[in-house]
Formats: sequence, C-alpha cells, structure tokens
Amino acid sequence: MSVAHDVGVTGVGVLQVVVIGIGGLVLLGLMRKVRARIEGRVGAPVLQPLRDVRKLMRKERLRPEFASWIFPLAPVVLVATVTVAALMTPLITTHPPLAGGSDLFVVVYLLLLGSTLVALAGLDTGTAFGGMGSSRALTIGALAEPALLVTILALSVSSHSSNFPVIVRATLADPAVIISPARLFALAALLIVIIAESGRLPVDNPATHLELTMIKEAMILEYSGPDLALVTLGEAMRLALLLGVLVNLSLPWGVASSTSVGALAIGTIVLCAKVAAVASALSFVEVFLAKLRLFRLPELLAGAFVLALLGVVSGVVTK
Amino acid sequence: MVGALIGVVAAAAGAALPKRWRVPASASLVLCGCLTELATSIRVLATGSDAHWHSIDLLPFTGVTLLLTPLGAIFVVLVTVVAVPATLYWIGYSSHGASARTTACNYAMFVTVLLIVPAAASVATFMFLWEMMALTSLALVLTDQGRRAAARSAGVWYGVITHAGAAFIMAAFLLLASHSGSQTFVAMTSHARTLAPGARAVIFLLALVGFGSKAGVVPFHVWLPRAHPEAPTPVSALMSGAMVALGVYGIVLFGNVLLSGGPVWWWLIVLALGGVSALFGSLHAVNSTDLKKLLAYSTTDNIGLALLAVGASGIFVATGHGRLGALSLVAAVFMLVNHAMFKGALFLVAGSVQVASGTRDLDELGGLLRRMPQSGALFLVAAAAICALPPLNGFVGEWLLFQSLLQGVNLGSTAGDIAITVSVAALALAAGLTIVAFVKAAGVGFLGRPRSPGANDAREVAMSMRVGSGLLVVMCVVAGVAPMTILSAVERAVRAALPRVGSRSVVRGLQLQLVGARGVLAPTVLAASLAGALILAVSLRRALARRRAVRVVEAWGSGRELVTARMQYTATSFAEPVQRVFDDVLRPVRDVNVSHVAESRYVIESMSYRSRVDDGIERALYAPVIKVIRRWGQYARRLQPGSVHRYLAYGLAALVVTLLVVAVAG
Repeated sequence: MSVAHDVGVTGVGVLQVVVIGIGGLVLLGLMRKVRARIEGRVGAPVLQPLRDVRKLMRKERLRPEFASWIFPLAPVVLVATVTVAALMTPLITTHPPLAGGSDLFVVVYLLLLGSTLVALAGLDTGTAFGGMGSSRALTIGALAEPALLVTILALSVSSHSSNFPVIVRATLADPAVIISPARLFALAALLIVIIAESGRLPVDNPATHLELTMIKEAMILEYSGPDLALVTLGEAMRLALLLGVLVNLSLPWGVASSTSVGALAIGTIVLCAKVAAVASALSFVEVFLAKLRLFRLPELLAGAFVLALLGVVSGVVTK
Repeated sequence: MVGALIGVVAAAAGAALPKRWRVPASASLVLCGCLTELATSIRVLATGSDAHWHSIDLLPFTGVTLLLTPLGAIFVVLVTVVAVPATLYWIGYSSHGASARTTACNYAMFVTVLLIVPAAASVATFMFLWEMMALTSLALVLTDQGRRAAARSAGVWYGVITHAGAAFIMAAFLLLASHSGSQTFVAMTSHARTLAPGARAVIFLLALVGFGSKAGVVPFHVWLPRAHPEAPTPVSALMSGAMVALGVYGIVLFGNVLLSGGPVWWWLIVLALGGVSALFGSLHAVNSTDLKKLLAYSTTDNIGLALLAVGASGIFVATGHGRLGALSLVAAVFMLVNHAMFKGALFLVAGSVQVASGTRDLDELGGLLRRMPQSGALFLVAAAAICALPPLNGFVGEWLLFQSLLQGVNLGSTAGDIAITVSVAALALAAGLTIVAFVKAAGVGFLGRPRSPGANDAREVAMSMRVGSGLLVVMCVVAGVAPMTILSAVERAVRAALPRVGSRSVVRGLQLQLVGARGVLAPTVLAASLAGALILAVSLRRALARRRAVRVVEAWGSGRELVTARMQYTATSFAEPVQRVFDDVLRPVRDVNVSHVAESRYVIESMSYRSRVDDGIERALYAPVIKVIRRWGQYARRLQPGSVHRYLAYGLAALVVTLLVVAVAG
C-alpha cells in the first residue's frame, strides 16, 4: 500500500474511532501520570486505564436489584453517541465520514444524549448517590448550555455555517481568523465548557470518591465490570473528542485535507501530539486548583457565557 | 365540512346514547370526523389550492364562511395529530371517569371546533368558533368540579383569562373590519395595507394579547398549570397540544396574513415574549412536582420557543431577508407540530400513571417502568423527544430554529444581532432546563423504587390507552428520523402565509439542506449510524464479557444494612440545585419550625421543614388585581339592598341621565 493510497470513507471512520477510543484511555493515563509526577509521585503507567478496562471487561455483570433496562442501556448509548460524534468530527482529516451532516449543534446534542442517559441511569439505581450525582451533573449541564450554544454561534459567524468541516477548512484557508477576538473569546469559553462537561477540576474532581463532593462518580457508582468499562471508555472518548475539537479550532495545522495514507498518518500523529500537549497543560494546572463549591459554579459558567457573547459581538462588529 | 357534520353527530350521540354505547359510538364518530378533515387538509396542502365553503343559513345575519388555506390546513393536521390518539385513549380512559353525558357531548364538540377553527375566514365565524372552543373546553375542565375545589378554581381562572383574551381579539377584529367595511378575511387583508401605521400597531398588539392569553405565554400563562391538571386526560392533551398552538396560529394569522407583516419592533416584542415564556416555563417545570403541572409549565416553555421563532421570522422578513424569515416560520410551525406529538404523548401517559397509581405527585411515584413497562417506555421516549435529543423530532425542530438564528446574526442591524444572540442563549438555557425537568419526571417517576403503596401496586393500563399514547410516540420517532414529508407540508403552509417571500424547498432527498445557508442535517443517516454504533457497543460488551448472565445485587448503601425507598432523591431534592441557583427569580418560600423539649431549649423535640415555589408573576400581577376587583364587588353589593323603592329610583335616575345625554348630544 503506497503513501498516496486512498483509504476511503470507511477507513477514515474506523481510524478516527479507534484513535479516539484507544487515545482517550491513553490520554486519561497521561493526565494522571503528569499529575502524579508534579505531585512528586511515580504514578501508574500511562497505559494503566487500558489495562483497567480490559480487566473490567472480563468481570461478571452486576445489576442493582431495583434497576430497570435503562441501567445497562446507558453505558452502551454513551459509547455509541461518542462513536457517532467521532465519525462526524474533523479530527484527523477535514473529510470525516459523516461530513454532510457534521454540524457543531448535532455533535453537542449527540453528546448530550449520552450524558442524559447516564443521568437517568443514576436515578435508576434507587440510591441517594445516583440521584445526587445526576441532579448536580444536569444542573451544571443546563447552566453550561447557553455558553456552549453561543460559543458555537461565535465560531460560526465568520464562515456563516455551523458545519464543522467547513469551519475547520475556512480556518486553514485563513489562519488569521484564529487570532481574531471573536475566535479567541469563543475558544476561552469553549475551554471552560469542556472542563465543566468532562468533569475536570475545578468543576468536579475525577479522582474523588468523597461522598458529598463527587458528581460524575456518584452517578456511576453502581456500575461495575463490563458496564463500568464501557462508561470509562465512553467518558475517556468524550474527553479526547472534546479536546480534539478544541485543538482543531485553535491550531488546525496538520489536519489531513485528503484521505490518503500518508496524510492520515501525519494527521494522526499531529492530532495525538496536540491533544497530549493540551491535556498535559490542563493536568499541570489542575494540580494547583481546588474544586469549586457547587454553588459557585454558576459564576464560572456565567463567565464562560459572557466570553462567548463577547465572541459573537466582536465577530459581528469587526465584520 | 363533512367532518364537522360528523362531529356534531358524534356530540349528539354522546348526549343521547345510554352509558354503555356512549363513549365507543361517540369516539368512533369523532375519529371519522378527524380523518375526513385530515383528508381535506392533506388535499389542500398537496395541491396548494384553498378549500372554500359558505352558508348563509347557519349563523344569523352573517352566515358561515370557511376557507381552508394551506396555513390553516397544517394546523388542522396538527389538531388531528393529537385528536386521533387522544380519542383512542378516551375509549379506555372513560371507564375511570369522563364518561358522563355532558362530558361525552362536550368532548366531541371540542374536537370538532378545534378542527374547523383554522378554516374560519370571517370575523363572525371565527369568533363563534373561538368562543365555542373556549366554552366546551371550560366545561371539560369543570368535569370534576363537584368533587374537587381545585377544578372549580381552575375553571374560574381559565374562564376569566380566556374571555378577557377573546375581548381583545374581538376588539382587534372590529377595528380591522370597520376599516375594510367587510368582515371576511380576504377583504380585510386587501384593505389592511391602507391603514395608518398607528392603527395597524394597535390592532396587532390587541391580537397579540388576545391570542397570547390562549397560547399561554407569560404573563397570561397562569391558567395552564391550573386547568391542564384538572381536565380529563384526553382533554389536557388536546388543550396543551392543539388548542394552545391555535393561539400561535392567531398571532401568525394577524401578523403575517391579515396585516401582511409589520415593522421590526412588533416582532421584537413577540421574540421577547417568546424568550421570557420559554425561560419562565422551563424554570417552573423544573420546580414542579405534580406531573401534569410540570407538563403544563413545559407547554409555556415550548410555545415560548415557537413564538421566539415567529418573532425571529418577522424580524427577518421586515429587514428584507425573506427566505430566512420563511425558514424561521417553518421552524416555528414544525416545532408546534412536534409539540403536539410529544406533549400529547406525555399528557396521555401522565393520565395513565394517575389511573394506575392514584397520584400525579412525583414525590410519591417511582419504579413505574418495571410495573408499567409499555407506558413507561413510551414516556421515556416522549421525554427524550421533548428534550430535543437526537434522533427524535424535537431535535430537528431545535436544529432548524438554531440554524435560522445562526444565519440571522450578522445581517446588519446591531439591535437585531443582539436580540438574536440573546435568543440563542434563551433557547439554550430553556433546552438545558427542559432536560433537567424531564430527567426528573422520567427518572423520579418511572425509575428507581416506588415511594408510595399506590406506585408499588400500579399495573399496566388498558390497551386503548397504550395504543393512544403509543401512536403519538411512533409519530415522534418518524418525524425525527424522516421529517421530510412533514417539513415539505409545513413549507407549503409557510409559503402561503408569506406569499411575497417565495422560498424554495428545505428538503433535498434524505437530507435537510437549507436554502441560502450552509446548514445540512441528515436525520436518517444520523439515526442509522446511531443504531449501528449501538449494536456495535452491545456486541463489544457481549464479546468481551466472559459470563453472559447478569447477577442481581443489592445497591451500595454506604455500609448500612437497610436501604429504603425514602433514601432516594425525590423530585424536590432533584430540583433543589437549580432552585438555589435561580433563587432570586423563583423566591421559594421556606419555613423551618423547630420545637424544643420543655425542659431545655438545647434539645430539639421535633423539626419541620416546608419549601414551596410560587408563581412569582401570579403573585405580583394577578393578586393585586383580584384584590381590587373583590373590593369593587363588595361596593357593588351595597347597590342591592333588596328595597324596591331604591330600584325604582335607579330606574328613574338612569332614564333622566339618558334623556340628558340625548338632549346634549342631539
């Protein structure tokens, strides 16, 4: 197979999903490793999450006694929605398999479908923790929503479209857009929203199991075995996808503009490098952050909303 | 018009037949009427030519003028979307009430009137039908008034607000008709352009208030959370899904058809009303624990979003972006049709829950999905549809609205841009809060474990009730996966409402491709790939797991031995974070009573905590008005002491005053 060989739509789809799937878990390991090293610990190997998932996959499936079919369905839906989102997003190439309907709005609502199902599953367990987690996670989600949609608006103003490949291609064609105030404000807002949506510090502490402070972990407390493996995989894929979106909107260079083997190889390496760099930076900053009180979060998200709004306004004014 | 005749026969059957035959006979006739009207409106939508019918004998002096335009036809379709399943549901539901002679007769009349209101084409016809719609639905809200004080109170609120609204609509019609010298809509449309801008504005604002009160927008929404829970379930579904949408129809009728559009500020008001209603409705839906009340507030939310789209459409048309305006109006009408589907389904299942468990209070429900597997699954899917989750119909509607707003930013006027950006934010916040409200409703009501004996003993309801709600859920799925047919019908209706715009189709094959915009959605492909990914994930779990069997275990109870249903989050506790975040807007009333033991005030004997969220607008706006009216009522009673002499003196005084007025004026 030569470097110029075209792998076609299916190949690109499989590649993006596999890179997001395995890359997401490695990313999780990398972020934990960075954090451990800065805190002066050796930390688990970077590939530890992969091993965890493999181990969990082989365990017995358990179901809490009052749960219904929603409980086993939620992890599957979570993974499925992120997979479809990965098929839509221009991560490695600007020609993802579902490019036609690849809309930022659609990607957001797909991810929302997964997290809503997980929130329902939290209530399905019939315990206090599940309800607590879903109540908090959904409150944060609802407050992050305006910032998120207005961010999409700000990103779309310059190219008159919320079609994701169109935005990335337009950015590649005219890189000056990146340092325009509209894009900078929008990216800052997007970063905050991504932190909130993926449950990183200072919104939620992914490492905690302290009963009263956990959000995501409370929601998925009852999961074990293969179901927990799928939840972990889904969450990791989502984090990788969101960071991939962020880097491709801020530093789109290296994204393959064709579907040839060579271009895709470069695209994969560049994407992994960029996401790894951003994730390490995030992890580095997280060491110095404490978790915010739940009822201080609206201020943070309102801040993100104002940034996004500034993005739209400056985009309109400078036009 | 055959459908209307069948409907009247259905009403007569409901009134005349003995109890055993009443509901089935009446319901099947209503269904025939619905299907006949549906056929007429589909013909109108397919051919684009209006259906006309006139009779001078039916109403004295004026006659009845009916003209079914494509815009009216799409609303007739919307009514049948709810009416057919609701009537099927009624057959099973009637064994739990709603089978009395008056109820059956009124129900048939109500559906019939709903079906012909969108065809009314003269002032007298419209007002007659509009009033019939109000009166029959009022009588249905009062079905239970003998037993429940809440139903009486709901009837008073609904009756007063709907009639005040009708007065405003009447005033708007009279102004318009007196100018054009004719009471048919066609003549009024052609004369309206020569009206002075001030008069046009007054007419529009009067109509906006009148129809807004029917649509349940803030601040006229107060009747919804009272009337919807009290009406029999099929009627709640019809009121919320269909009747309220006719309020938006009225606004479009006046703004876009009769007055042929207006300046930007009219539509900014509509946009603002819509945005505020969406936020207010969704916020109160999050904080409601009564399932039907939650759905009623969410109606205010959904209608608000549709009105926001109508407002945006008006702004676009007024600033010369006709195609974009058409797109927003398509989004508005499509969202109303979707709302009829999912809200109808949700109301019907809520009624099933009440029948099965004896309560609508979410804090007493739970675990219903395992006890009512089919109804529960239907509720979950309908809830996902209202949350605008893909691949269901609510998602397509919000995508259309978002796309039209997205294209609308950057059109030149700064005020317009800011208004559009803020409405995107309102849309987003309302969407987020809707998800909280419906995860709460579905999660607390149907998942987990039962919180009361009633919920524990709940059993699946009668077949016809499941078929009724199931039909609506199937429509939600079809309209989400393959919205092309419905959208092209909506498109034709909008083209009739905005004749000067001349937009092209938004549908291209399996994709929705927007005209003049770079937005593309492929709902069928999206649904197919989601299904594929789901199968993939399930088989991944199957292939890798060593043991297939699932072991049922106890949930983690933090080391306690006994985990009870009371330890679960309730609807109230689920909504508490949102309530706290919006404390300043909601102003919840919290009482904490602590009673101490007599010997020592350091030892607490008992504690009670009560928290309640009142409707702030009701408190601030309606309470003072009611107080004043009540005081005037007290004064008015002094005029009637029962003395004949006094009454004769009143007569004499009135006569003298009249003569004086005649003398001065003449």
